[in-house]
Amino acid sequence: MEHIRTPKVENVRLIDRLTPRKSVVGTLYLSSTHTIFVENSDARKETWVLHSLVGSIERPPTTPSGSTLIIRCKNVQVYQLLLPQEKDCMDIQASLTRLSRPERYGELFCFSYQPNMDKEEREKAWRFLDLRAEFNRMGIPSNLWHITPANHEYRVCDTYPSELYVPKSATPAIIVGSAKFRSRGRLPVLSYFHRDTSAAVCRSSQPLSGFSARSPEDEQMLQAIMKSNPASEYMYVVDTRPKLNAVANRAAGKGYENEDHYTNIRLHFIGIENIHVMRNSQQKLIDVGDLRSPSMGDFLWGLENSGWLKHIKAVLDAGVFIAKAVAEEGVSVLVHCSDGWDRTAQACSVASVLLEPYYRTIKGLMVLIEKDWVSFGHKFSHRYAHLDGDPKEVSPVMDQFLECVWQLMEQFPCAFEFNERFLLQLHTHIHSCQYGNFICNSQKERRDLRICERTHSVWPHLWENRVEYLNPLYRSDHGQSKGVLRPITTPYCFKFWKAMYSPAERGVALRQSPSDCLTAVREESQQLEEELSSHQERLVQLVGRKTSTATRKRNGVTERPYRTIPKESELTSPQDYFACVSPAPRGESHAPSFTLPLKSPGTAATPKSSDPDDLSACSDIESGVADLSSHASSACDDTKDPDSDEAVYANA
Amino acid sequence: MRWRRESSLSSVVLSRPKCPASHTAHHFPLKDKGQNNGFVSLFLLLYGKRKSAGPTGSQLALYVEETRPLMVLISLFFFMLAVCGFPASSYFISVFCLRTTGSSGTIIIKCKDLRILQLDIPGMEECLNIASSIEALSSLESVAVMYPFFHRPRELSLKDPRGLSSPEQDYTQTERLWDRWRLSKVNSDFSVCPSYPDTLIVPSSIDDDTLIKAARFRQGGRFPVLCYCHHRNSMVIMRSSQPLTGANRKRCREDELLLQAVIDESEMGYVVDTRSAQQAQQARMTGGGFESKSCYQNWKRLHRHMERGKVLQESLIKLVEACGDPSHNMDRWLSKLENSKWLTHVHSALSTAGLVAECVERDSHSVLVHGSEGTDTTLLVTTVAQLILDPASRTFRGFLELLEKEWVQAGHPFQLRCARSAYSHARLRQECPSFLLLLDCVWQLWRQFPLALEFSEALLLRLAQEAYASDYGTFLCNNEQERGSFGVRENTHCLFQFLLNCAEREQYINPLYEPTDLAIWPSVQPQSLQLWTGLFLRWTEHAENMNEAREEIWTIVKEHTERTGPVETTHTPLKHCDTFSAMENLTDELTIL
Repeated sequence: MEHIRTPKVENVRLIDRLTPRKSVVGTLYLSSTHTIFVENSDARKETWVLHSLVGSIERPPTTPSGSTLIIRCKNVQVYQLLLPQEKDCMDIQASLTRLSRPERYGELFCFSYQPNMDKEEREKAWRFLDLRAEFNRMGIPSNLWHITPANHEYRVCDTYPSELYVPKSATPAIIVGSAKFRSRGRLPVLSYFHRDTSAAVCRSSQPLSGFSARSPEDEQMLQAIMKSNPASEYMYVVDTRPKLNAVANRAAGKGYENEDHYTNIRLHFIGIENIHVMRNSQQKLIDVGDLRSPSMGDFLWGLENSGWLKHIKAVLDAGVFIAKAVAEEGVSVLVHCSDGWDRTAQACSVASVLLEPYYRTIKGLMVLIEKDWVSFGHKFSHRYAHLDGDPKEVSPVMDQFLECVWQLMEQFPCAFEFNERFLLQLHTHIHSCQYGNFICNSQKERRDLRICERTHSVWPHLWENRVEYLNPLYRSDHGQSKGVLRPITTPYCFKFWKAMYSPAERGVALRQSPSDCLTAVREESQQLEEELSSHQERLVQLVGRKTSTATRKRNGVTERPYRTIPKESELTSPQDYFACVSPAPRGESHAPSFTLPLKSPGTAATPKSSDPDDLSACSDIESGVADLSSHASSACDDTKDPDSDEAVYANA
Repeated sequence: MRWRRESSLSSVVLSRPKCPASHTAHHFPLKDKGQNNGFVSLFLLLYGKRKSAGPTGSQLALYVEETRPLMVLISLFFFMLAVCGFPASSYFISVFCLRTTGSSGTIIIKCKDLRILQLDIPGMEECLNIASSIEALSSLESVAVMYPFFHRPRELSLKDPRGLSSPEQDYTQTERLWDRWRLSKVNSDFSVCPSYPDTLIVPSSIDDDTLIKAARFRQGGRFPVLCYCHHRNSMVIMRSSQPLTGANRKRCREDELLLQAVIDESEMGYVVDTRSAQQAQQARMTGGGFESKSCYQNWKRLHRHMERGKVLQESLIKLVEACGDPSHNMDRWLSKLENSKWLTHVHSALSTAGLVAECVERDSHSVLVHGSEGTDTTLLVTTVAQLILDPASRTFRGFLELLEKEWVQAGHPFQLRCARSAYSHARLRQECPSFLLLLDCVWQLWRQFPLALEFSEALLLRLAQEAYASDYGTFLCNNEQERGSFGVRENTHCLFQFLLNCAEREQYINPLYEPTDLAIWPSVQPQSLQLWTGLFLRWTEHAENMNEAREEIWTIVKEHTERTGPVETTHTPLKHCDTFSAMENLTDELTIL
């Protein structure tokens, strides 16, 4: 490809940022889609980084040992390379900079990504999720809500899906009139229907009310939404912006609903900050996670200063407010912010997760994202910088939604079918552009680009690998999995999402994961159960025909994939202490172990012999201690002995 | 009867203040039985003690005779509390009377286990009386009237074995000690060091006279003794108190000999001082000091500053205060959390322990740990280092043995340090949550290595509670000598024995335990350390969902063990393998037939 100046650089050092002495030497390749690093060691371990995941490339000043290149990925991974030649380094930087910022959609990886799949399968994959079926699943009563053809060919609103659910009592005139009174034509439509209370969550953009403007159609539209919930006498309008921002918008001819004009509405402001505040906040948070051996005080101060958890709390609070209104008061809610594609999407989807157990399953979360984010025109390509564009449009809106789900998972460990890995995987796919799902900014753009014909869908791929994403504690009949979730939103319930923002520590967390262990235990139980029954069957068969001479192959007991005992080698290396293991490929921990721990634990012969690291570790005695002192940052005065003693004598 | 001021009460309302979401208020109408002269009878009617139980209620009458000795009253009092849903051990530490308006009063009771209770009592007079009774009962000074001396559960006998280990047992069981170390009875009458146990493990080349002289050179007589010998390389961890070098740099030949006897001529040893170099310097002005390079040539000193005493106690108070107020916004909460510095202390404790462990395991050097008195941070560091290094100490029993050895027998002054907990308004000079900090460090280890420890968070929580208020004698007094003179051994039960054998033992076990022979190196990155919500937010609704998750884990593991046969632990696929091979054999036989 024309942008690649140097396709291959040898003797490159991939630096482990936590323990520099664990760095490895290898060869760096640049392909049209990936940066590939192949270790020189016997294992030939390969590290692949998609160009579209690369966020920024830094080149600190050249040192005598070579030129450093720091690649920061959009999923918060960081790779630090040391290249022997400055020229190579500059070439690589220039190429990568260009390759990671495509200018046209056609350059994106998803258009060149060709998994082994024929046309039919691909079409089937795109039909994996069906939003109409999803709305049917909600049990929407057809006498109250229906699909309007108004947005056919995106005539009313080009950022909405073509199929919209509106109250049956809303006439085409009301729909068109309401759309005209809403920013970018994003009129109030149904997002989620709560069967138990018949209350609905609707979404729109801000009204073009200015200081005095009003629209009878829009007022009728809200009236129709309220009436669609026969039991209620009022409805909420949730403006997710801080009130000050909403008021300021009035000067631009926009704003919020005037309670005097709309009958029986209750306006409520939540105060989620805008995309610019969020972008800066996340950057600060990433810097905190990236700090090298900070003190506890630095870390907590940085966490507070970033304001990130405060914003997460605001989003969750919005969801809790809506969920409460719908589930407890039985009142419908209209949610909007400015354009109705960022904060509105966050608030609606968080509320849906709280209200609906289905959205807490793997498939359910996919459907929810497809519905509230993809189809309703969340601007994926702008927000996650898929193309080289305005940096002011970039913002971690989806990241915040995923983090809200994660915070909920922390509070309700049994309520979600998926695990943290699933969220991280989703996060990566949203940025990576490997699949077509999250390309473009609206359904219309995707149709125009013929995304369905030219790219692949990520959902079936995730679904096939769902075993990896299962939460072992989830049970559909469990108390936490049923009904409405009522999270506590006191500040102390919010945690720093280590796996996301401190990727260096990710490896450490992998060493001993209770959830992996539980999954394995569970699988093993099931397998044993199956085996038992098959053996019993066989036994019955054999007893039946005792004289059979059939020589069966023993379907070996030894081949049963027993759960691997947590890898000894992962624990053994003392480097783990101050250093972090580079995240091992996940498959490893699940690999079937053929060696059963047949010896009683007392003999413990295996661990001792499987301890080759030990010798090598002991060989660098001094560095171990040096390492430690650099890490124990609170021990500011680690004075080396001779000096301090001299000082003693001097004093005495 | 100084505690009894109140005889007649009705409709007392108990609730948990600051938790408006929990509507589990208990109602206790307390009535006077009137006709029984000389008796006070209290009827407690419990409504909705457990949510599931519903408002059925149960009745209980307590007859408290005026002539009964005080101890009976105390035990009855705590029995009453136990019935009300408090564990008897949650002694109250401070009582406030509020809302003096009208005819009813409110008592706020702050417990040592960080719980806050509110009692609404009709009648101001009664309210004040109850408050002063509780106050008096919760601040008993004398050890002999403490509850453990009257705790006599039916299933325990005073003749049961007491304690889990002793230095003698340790020594005889650890073969690698035999050629270089010996048992010394030099402290059998506690004259050499009042805070050490009667038997100690010391280098075999050092005789008792040398020990006595070395002890005079160490604060409180705590001369260097062995606490751990590493199973891989026989390197040791020792602990002591600071040497009394003083301003004019005294030295002590015997102390130097003692340390030299631990290592060979050519070898090196580390002295890990839990004070900063500056603090160690300053200590010389008050008679303390450190091992100078010139006198201890083969020992290299490393200073790691760890907070102790008042600073640590204030840190705890600040943290508990921050956790107790859910009305803070995010910024305020985070800044309060930072301000409390508790996590900073956890951080420095873990990294100092890591340093010690690293010196032993990676560098193969012996280590001597001391701070100033050698009864707080020193024990904290040696304990955590042993957990990192020694697989045996990570079992349920092993951990309790470790605590017994390193804290109870080694003379951590529990009575002075764990007297009032975090809510005390009387700032006690000796109060310090060193033990709580240890448990927090262990919890961090447990969280980072969820499979490596055999015990569960519940055990740590239980220990945190028992250290401050216990039914058992284990944590009474400040050292073995005091325990002897108060007859603690003869007249109280042993907590550790009880925990090992009790009916609820299962809840103290980690269902995911997989023993590993390797060292577990904790990450000390601040990102990896977390607030111990299980302890500090124990009484918020936060805890409930976690319990459900814990139960779920147990269900899964139990299902598994059911299928794998009656196996005790989860890590023996061996057994079901056996059953299957038996079956295979049978099928083979059948095939041959």
